[in-house]
Amino acid sequence: MAGKVWVALQQRGDELHPMSGEAIAAGVRLAATVGSEAEAILLCAEPGTAAETAARYGAAAVRVIQHPSLGAYTPGAFTGALSAAASTEAPGWIVLAHSYQSVDYMPRVAHALDAALVPEVIDFRADDGGVIWTRPVFAGKMQAEVRVRGEGPVVLSVQAGAFPAAQGEASAPISTLDLAADITPDREVLGVEEVAGEHVDLTQAPIILAVGRGIGGAENMDKVEELAAALGAEIGASRPVIDSGWLARDRQIGSSGQTVAPKLYIAAGISGAIQHLVGMKGSRCVVAINKDASAPIFAISQYGIVGDLHEVLPALTEAVKEAKA
Amino acid sequence: MKIGVCIKQVPDTEARLRPSASGQWIDEEEIPFAINEGDEYAIEEAISIAEQTGGEVVVVTVGPERAREALRKALAVGAHRAVHLADEAYAGGDCWATARALAAVANRESFDLILTGSQSADVGFGTTGTLLASMLGWPHAWLVVGLEVADGSAKVTREMEAGKNELLQIGLPAVVEVQAGINKPRYASLKGIMQAKRKEVAELSPADLELDPSQVGAAGSRLEFLSVSVPPKGEGAQILEGDTAEVATQLVDKLRTEARVL
Ligand SMILES: Cc1cc2nc3c(=O)[nH]c(=O)nc-3n(C[C@H](O)[C@H](O)[C@H](O)COP(=O)(O)OP(=O)(O)OC[C@H]3O[C@@H](n4cnc5c(N)ncnc54)[C@H](O)[C@@H]3O)c2cc1C
Ligand SMILES: Nc1ncnc2c1ncn2[C@@H]1O[C@H](COP(=O)(O)O)[C@@H](O)[C@H]1O
Repeated sequence: MAGKVWVALQQRGDELHPMSGEAIAAGVRLAATVGSEAEAILLCAEPGTAAETAARYGAAAVRVIQHPSLGAYTPGAFTGALSAAASTEAPGWIVLAHSYQSVDYMPRVAHALDAALVPEVIDFRADDGGVIWTRPVFAGKMQAEVRVRGEGPVVLSVQAGAFPAAQGEASAPISTLDLAADITPDREVLGVEEVAGEHVDLTQAPIILAVGRGIGGAENMDKVEELAAALGAEIGASRPVIDSGWLARDRQIGSSGQTVAPKLYIAAGISGAIQHLVGMKGSRCVVAINKDASAPIFAISQYGIVGDLHEVLPALTEAVKEAKA
Repeated sequence: MKIGVCIKQVPDTEARLRPSASGQWIDEEEIPFAINEGDEYAIEEAISIAEQTGGEVVVVTVGPERAREALRKALAVGAHRAVHLADEAYAGGDCWATARALAAVANRESFDLILTGSQSADVGFGTTGTLLASMLGWPHAWLVVGLEVADGSAKVTREMEAGKNELLQIGLPAVVEVQAGINKPRYASLKGIMQAKRKEVAELSPADLELDPSQVGAAGSRLEFLSVSVPPKGEGAQILEGDTAEVATQLVDKLRTEARVL
């Protein structure tokens, strides 16, 4: 049998991070593909409810590595623990969520194990004894199929939303995995802060008009404001708009900003990178306005307008005003 | 303080991308290239630290001849020297191969700090900087939105999910992988552009770095790109047709009567 598939879990507080359920789903499917078995590995100071929750997602076993240094996340301690355990048990694959925490230490684990690294997997298939992985390139505008060359373990992360978590009735056995290694944090965590801002709460807005880099500059924001006023919409933005200083940080939507699900979301001049999509794909109706007909945002939209937003936004303002008159 | 900045030249965000004839990568003919967005912020961060501490900034890229332009731009905004790993042998590297080459440069230069971007806009591994740190035996921080360097250590603000930041302290030397938005990159002045022409750009072959050609580029990589394609659209959007005024009216009408969200 091929080596086992390990899924390295992540905690949020004492709960299981939601992306870990998806990572288990990917691991279970991978195990079926390569004829192996998936085990979920929890690195923690205290398992909390995470181990029990993980046990319901379809893995064959949940194994807990417990150590006081695994409380506050540090790449040094997490790499030390996971790579020491993996050196002993030699899993063939280590699956992680493509999250801010896991990707921070995943390359170190790969280095420690001399493993190939496949970040941000969105799909895979068996091929001639191996596995072919699909992952986004060019921020999701294209996707690539890649294959690992050579022998040895493979460390991979799976993109948010690509492998839906499947919670079942059965509960996998939970056991402890003894750590035979000294592990040391390699950074000091001084604290956590909320990103400063005037705290615009976009989560309650029924309509959001979101603008992206395609707006071109702060000087064009009046067109956006006029349409937002006509619609009664809040204004949101993709990250480059914020990074360029065209709007305040608290209007950012996406993985490092707010998560919204309005009834209507209009995305103007936004390409549709995953980090943006995770913050808005729960919206009831998405409209995309983009001059590039192949922009990925159209794939998750209900209505699309292919055109220059500098013309489309004022025309929409007129049409909305007319309809409301 | 001697600061290394790893930069990559990538297709401009506006570039129209098409698969190449072989289908394994995109067609790079006639598309505009630019410095990777995150790396522009890394350059700015390095220059402003050097201005405060009187240090030297060395920009390093692994990339073909065209990437010389990216180095020149970095020199024009204030980097002092450049290292260009342009040899054919470096081409087609994954994060393993690229980090290995960058680590060899770091060892040769004895940097006190290395800045990188968090993710490249083309292959988008998000792993090269951390792998580099691991190879050097240095600490790292990924997704950095704030950096303060003070004797022997760095205070780092790292982005977390959902609008939170984490404050960290790491020892130097370290690899700090900056995130877009950490600063305001400056523009090159005319004087800067003129001066850049006289600044040193060293080309180093694998032999210069005491690396075997089999350790870098496609040969030194664990990942092989088989194909690139435009992602399937699924059901996709209903695209509205007509002149601008017509589509605007159509959309408002559909939002009212079909989707019932207005
Ligand atoms: C760790 C991490 C976290 C991130 N967090 C976030 C986040 O929280 N939120 C977020 O949004 N991004 C985030 N990003 C960035 C993300 O990867 C993308 O870079 C970003 O979402 C792209 O923004 P954009 O679509 O506005 O810009 P681009 O991708 O540059 O797209 C601009 C679009 O505008 C179109 N356009 C240009 N001109 C016009 C015109 N005149 N009329 C119509 N259309 C036009 C273009 O065709 C293009 O599709 C994050 C990235 C990383 C690595
Ligand atoms: N070919 C390269 N030359 C120099 N630096 C690179 C190269 N590839 C990646 N990097 C650096 O590593 C960062 C992350 O890239 P990646 O791991 O490809 O997402 C980039 O922002 C660069 O700072």
